Amino acid sequence: MRVKAWLSLVRTGDWIVLASTAAFVAASFPLLWRTGPATYAEVRAEGQLIARLPLTERRLFVVRGPLGVTTIEIAPGRARILSDPGPRQYCVAQGWLVRPNAIALCAPNHVSLRLTGPTTHDSVNY
Amino acid sequence: MTASIIELTVSAQDRRVARYATAAIALALTEAAMPTPLPGVKPGLANIVILLVLLRHGWREAAWVAVLRVFAGSLLLGQLFAPGFFLAAAGALASLAVLALASRLPREHFGPVSLSVFGALAHIAGQLALARLWLLPSDGIYYLVPVFAASALFFGIVNGLIVARLAQEIS
Repeated sequence: MRVKAWLSLVRTGDWIVLASTAAFVAASFPLLWRTGPATYAEVRAEGQLIARLPLTERRLFVVRGPLGVTTIEIAPGRARILSDPGPRQYCVAQGWLVRPNAIALCAPNHVSLRLTGPTTHDSVNY
Repeated sequence: MTASIIELTVSAQDRRVARYATAAIALALTEAAMPTPLPGVKPGLANIVILLVLLRHGWREAAWVAVLRVFAGSLLLGQLFAPGFFLAAAGALASLAVLALASRLPREHFGPVSLSVFGALAHIAGQLALARLWLLPSDGIYYLVPVFAASALFFGIVNGLIVARLAQEIS
């Protein structure tokens, strides 16, 4: 079946429906994927929030856990785990966190770093 | 004591519904075996059958086929009353509700493609609403809306064209 034959199956109203639903779907991308910049870094140790640091200027923040010291680096708009005593270094390897709701878990040392943005979703985003 | 005889009369409509439901279930099972990039992103081929029934025999019969498909399909997949079953049911009910309205649009202008697109988008909306309220009660789920909506639109168009073609051949 040729393209023309397929197109003949689409009626006038169908085109209106297609155009409006396509516009709706296209609009949903920027609307729902707009996260804005991260503004704060939340540091947790043993599950307790111990610091909420604005992502404005560069600084180091030190957390003591059961294995030793985890160092967190804060910078304008981003943050990372600079060093951690954990054996596998996953949270260090993760590098800079930039997006709101991004999270780095240093599970062995019971420390987590999470960024928050202007909109506060209460979960990890995909 | 007289033996009571319960006679269940099977109407032509019942047979028709059963036959269509069988086709819809077969398509749903086939589809379940296909790999998908993300759970929930799939063609929804069973809806081709349901839309054909809607066009040829009306909403009530289409609703029967859709409900039987959800129950029998998940029974055969071992999913009955598992989360996947409730998601499928929510999607089917939402899309039937929207189709009840959309099928009143003038047919000469709004064909199978419109119905299919409306049905597909309602299906995914129903599923996401249930997932948000019950299975994954977090706003993180809204992040998936554009992906699901885009895939529903795409497969809605494809299925709608197939329905239009089949309806054309039958008539």
